[in-house]
Amino acid sequence: MKFGVVIFPGSNCDRDMIDALRNDMQQEVVELWHKDSSLPNFSKEDCVVLPGGFSYGDYLRCGAIASQSPIMQAIKEHANNGGKVLGVCNGFQILCESGLLPGALLMNDTQKFECKNVFLKKQSSTAPITKTIKDAVLQIPIAHGEGRYQADDAIIAQLKANDQILFTYCDADGSVSNVTNPNGTIDYIAGICNAGKNVFGMMPHPERATNAILGNIDGTQIFESLILN
Amino acid sequence: MSLYTAHINVMPLTELLDPQGKAVNDSLHKLGFQAIQGIRIGKHITLQIEAASAEEAKQVAEDACKKLLYNAVMEQYEIVIS
Repeated sequence: MKFGVVIFPGSNCDRDMIDALRNDMQQEVVELWHKDSSLPNFSKEDCVVLPGGFSYGDYLRCGAIASQSPIMQAIKEHANNGGKVLGVCNGFQILCESGLLPGALLMNDTQKFECKNVFLKKQSSTAPITKTIKDAVLQIPIAHGEGRYQADDAIIAQLKANDQILFTYCDADGSVSNVTNPNGTIDYIAGICNAGKNVFGMMPHPERATNAILGNIDGTQIFESLILN
Repeated sequence: MSLYTAHINVMPLTELLDPQGKAVNDSLHKLGFQAIQGIRIGKHITLQIEAASAEEAKQVAEDACKKLLYNAVMEQYEIVIS
């Protein structure tokens, strides 16, 4: 398995993602450019990663213009063939804008850019990215202005019925309450996957929590699960 | 062929919270505009379109909205051609 991290103009978490995967997780990583029109020797076991940042300056809507980049057509084909795709923060927004994931990410109801550590409760027991996470509660940082997940009732019901909700925000003890909802997201949703369980989107940044020197290695459990499954 | 202008208003869906509108509303209240009861903030987009008719220009604008300019999950739009 190898990872391909896509760099868009305005990406700013690409180096963090590459460093976390290459040096902390000891994985083969290739850097991909948004103007590439194909993925070099990618099989369905390989994972494309859309990193966080402000692709195209968040012009029009977060992720809207990046979703039309040349490489996105190749990523859609990879995903439709069962290949893995992970979008973190702006990457999650891009996946929603491209139609690979349902719904959209709206401006936080707090009217603030939220940059802090939060607790996440693992929800999906069947998605590769959460399947073998050991701890029920992980501490992972968020850093976003538009993280309020929105989708209609039918989609939310489908996400729940198909075990597609990856993580919800919670307290340190794993309980969900109003206090812990950092952005007004529906049902405390922090991350989801598609029906095929090969496309994953999450607002929190696991790549910022993979090295003891940063004081937090909870993110390694997320990547380990993705690599193992 | 003539050059038409499409005036497009993209607004957040009425049932969804508009944090930007809420923040500006609070700010205007601080300035004494107590009569203002609510603000919603969207985008105004103009397109210059070369087309054979106003109908054709409107169709181009509609297609542009559906493909990129608005997101049905969070917004609605209206087009006026001049």
